[in-house]
Amino acid sequence: MLSRVADSLFWLSRYVERAENVARIIDVNAQLMLDLSPAKAEALSRQWLPVAACLGDETAFRARSRQTDAAAVTEFLVFDRSHPNSISGSLATARENARTVREQITTEMWEQLNRTYLWLMSKGARQAYERNSYEFFQRVKKSLQLFQGITDSLMMHGEGWDFIQMGRYLERADKTSRLLDDAFFLLPSDRNRPADVLPQWLSILRSCNARQAYQRLYAAVLEPVKVAHLLLLNENFPRSVVFCVGQLDHALRRVSGVGPGRYSNLAEKLSGRLLAELSYSAIEEFWVRGMHATVDELQTRLNEIGQAMVTTYIEPTAPAASAAPAGTLAAMPQ
Amino acid sequence: MADLAFLNQGITFTVYSDNQGTERIFPFDLVPRVIPAGEWQRIEAGLVQRITALNLFLHDIYHAQTILRDKVIPRSYVEGAKHFRPEFMGFNVPRNLYIHICGTDLVRDEQGTYLVLEDNARCPSGVSYVLENRSTLKRVFPRIFEAYGVRPVEHYADELLRLLQYIAPHGKPSPTVAVLTPGIHNSAYFEHSFLARQMGVEIVEGRDLVVQDDHVFMRTTKGLQPLDVVYRRIDDDFIDPRVFRPDSLLGVPGLVGAYRAGNVSLANSIGTGVADDKVMYYFVPRMIRYYLDQDPILPNVTTYLASEPDDRKFILEHLPELVVKSANEAGGYGMLVGPHSSTAEIEKFRRLIQADPRNFIAQPTLGLSRHPCLVDGRFEGRHVDLRPYVLYGERITIIPGGLTRVALRKGSLVVNSSQGGGSKDTWVLEGEE
Repeated sequence: MLSRVADSLFWLSRYVERAENVARIIDVNAQLMLDLSPAKAEALSRQWLPVAACLGDETAFRARSRQTDAAAVTEFLVFDRSHPNSISGSLATARENARTVREQITTEMWEQLNRTYLWLMSKGARQAYERNSYEFFQRVKKSLQLFQGITDSLMMHGEGWDFIQMGRYLERADKTSRLLDDAFFLLPSDRNRPADVLPQWLSILRSCNARQAYQRLYAAVLEPVKVAHLLLLNENFPRSVVFCVGQLDHALRRVSGVGPGRYSNLAEKLSGRLLAELSYSAIEEFWVRGMHATVDELQTRLNEIGQAMVTTYIEPTAPAASAAPAGTLAAMPQ
Repeated sequence: MADLAFLNQGITFTVYSDNQGTERIFPFDLVPRVIPAGEWQRIEAGLVQRITALNLFLHDIYHAQTILRDKVIPRSYVEGAKHFRPEFMGFNVPRNLYIHICGTDLVRDEQGTYLVLEDNARCPSGVSYVLENRSTLKRVFPRIFEAYGVRPVEHYADELLRLLQYIAPHGKPSPTVAVLTPGIHNSAYFEHSFLARQMGVEIVEGRDLVVQDDHVFMRTTKGLQPLDVVYRRIDDDFIDPRVFRPDSLLGVPGLVGAYRAGNVSLANSIGTGVADDKVMYYFVPRMIRYYLDQDPILPNVTTYLASEPDDRKFILEHLPELVVKSANEAGGYGMLVGPHSSTAEIEKFRRLIQADPRNFIAQPTLGLSRHPCLVDGRFEGRHVDLRPYVLYGERITIIPGGLTRVALRKGSLVVNSSQGGGSKDTWVLEGEE
C-alpha cells in the first residue's frame, strides 16, 4: 500500500475518533452543571478552562479568547474551524483525508462522513445546537459511531483497515488517559472525602462511556482506585488504555506479519513493550507512583509509538528488497 | 418521460468537487450517436494513418530532421514551437514510440465529411466518460444493445495496460505500472483514479515517488517499491522541477534523469506537445505524404497561419467570419468564434494576432453537424464532435467510437466540458448495415 494512502487512512480515522471524544467530553461537562448545586454550577460555567485543558488545547484557546466561560469554550471546541482539534476542524481534516483516498474506502464510508461534515457546517447544525445542545451532541456522536460501524462492517479488513485501527486506538488511548489524569487532578488531597467530587467523577466515567461498565463490575460505590483500574487496565473495556494499546499492537502486527512476543520494527517494539507492562502490572503499582506521573509517561510513550509508526511505514527510505523479512532478523527476546 | 428525466438526473456523475463539497456534473445525454460500420472503418484507417505519421515526425525532428532539411516544414516552426524539447535531441524513446495515447478531435462538415479538428498528443482526457456512458446506457437499454449489434468498448483499460507494459524499460517482463496524477484537485482526477482502478495499478502523486540512483520508487508501507512505467497525466512542464519548471510541486525531482537513463518509461513521451501545436497541425497532411507517401484519409479543416503574410492578411480581413485559435491552448480557451463575438472581442484578437502571429491560426466557421439530444424533455438538435482514443503500443488499437461531445447551449459550437459541454454514448455498429 502507498505510504500516503496509509497516512491518510490513519489520520482520517484518528480525527473521527477525536471528534467523537470531544463531543462526549463537552456534552458530559454541560450535563454536569445540572447535577451541581446552583452556586457550584454557576462557578463552573464561568470557568470552563479545565475542559479545554483536559483536551490539551488550553494554549490554543487562550490565544483566541479572553472569555473562559462555558459558551466561549464550547464555541471553540465545537465550531472553530481554525482550531484543528475542534469537532468542526477534526471533521474537516478527516473528510479531506477521506477525499484523497476515496477509492480505498467504501462509498458508504465516504457518504456517511461527508453527510456528517456537511450537516455540521450547515446553519441547521448551529440551530440544533442552540435549540438543544444535548440532542445536538447525541447526533454528532451517533453519526460518528455510525461511521465507525460502517467502517468495520463494510470495509475489507486488510492493510488499509489496519491503519484505520491504529489511528482510532492511538487516539482513544490518548483521550482516556487524559480523562484519567483529569479525574485524579480533581481528587482532594484528603482522599477520605471523595464524596465532594462525586459528580465530577461520575461525569468522567460518562465521558468514557464507562459508567454502566463500572456499575456492572463494582456496583454503584465510586472508588478512585477502581475507576483507575477500569480506565487503565481492564482488558475487556473497549476504551481502557490497555485495550486500546492491545488493538494498536495487533494492527501493527497484522501489517508486518510478526506475531506477539517478537518485533520487526521500532513501532512494534514500543507497542509490545507498553502492552506487556500494562498487562503485567497491578493498579496498586501505578497508584503508589502517582496517577499524574503515570499518565504523563503513558502519553509520551503513545506519542513515541505514533512517531515510530510514521518512520516505519509513512516515510520509508530503504528499498523494499533490503527491508528485514518479517519476524526473522530483528526478532529477539525482550 | 418522468422515468427518463429521473434517469437523466441519476446517471450524471461527478467531474470534481470543490472544498465546499458541491459537485460539478458533466451532463450526459441519453440519445446515443450511431456510426455505421463502413463509416467507422474509414475513420479508423484515417486515425491509424495519422498517428503513424505523427510518430515518425516526432522521431524525425528529435533525430535527423530530414523533414526540415527537405523544407517540407519550415524549421523555424518546429524549433520555435512552445513544446519542442531540444534537450531531447538524439534521445531514443522505448520502442521508438512517442505518442502512445492520442485523442483526435473530429467534426463533420455540411457534406457529412469527417475532418480532423485537432490532435491531442499530450494528456488527452475524457475516455472515462466513454466507458461510464456505455455502462450507464447498457443498464438503461439492455435489449437495444442485443438487437443493434453495438461494438464493445470495455476492453480499453486492458489495451492501455498492455501498451504500458509493452513500453517497459529493456522490455522487462511484468513491469510495475502506475498512473501519475496531479492530485485530487485536478479536474480529471476522477478519470485518473478510474483508469488506475480499471487497470488494477496504483494511482500515485509526485510525492509518492522518489528517485534514487536514476531509479524510480514508490513509497509504500513495505518500503520503496521499484516503478517501471508511468502513465503520467501531468504535462512536461510540471513533471520534474529539476529539469522543467522549478516551482512545480506536482512533479518528481529526478524523474527525467531516470527516464534519460532508460530506467523508467513515460507515456506519453516527453516532447510530444510539439505535435499538439495548432501550427504543426497545418502540416500533418504534408507529413502523411512525406513519411507514408499516401493521401490523407481524414482531411484537415482549412487552416490559415497568421505567421504567413498572405494568410495573415486574409485572417485580419475576415475576422468576423473565422474561428481563431491560439496555437498552444486547449479546453476551448484562448479562442475567438468570429460570428458569435462582439466587435470589442474581435478587435482584441486583431491586436493579439498582430503582436504574436506565430501563436495563432484561423479556420472557417464550420456548420458542425448536429445530433438530436434530449433537452427539457424534448428532442432538439445540438452541435457535436467526436474524440476517438488511439492507443499505439505493439499495434495500434482504437476502441470503436469514442467520446461524442455535445454543445448543450443552443446554437453553441463549443463542446468542451469546461465550457458547458456534455457528452453522449457513441455506438459503432457491427458488420453490414
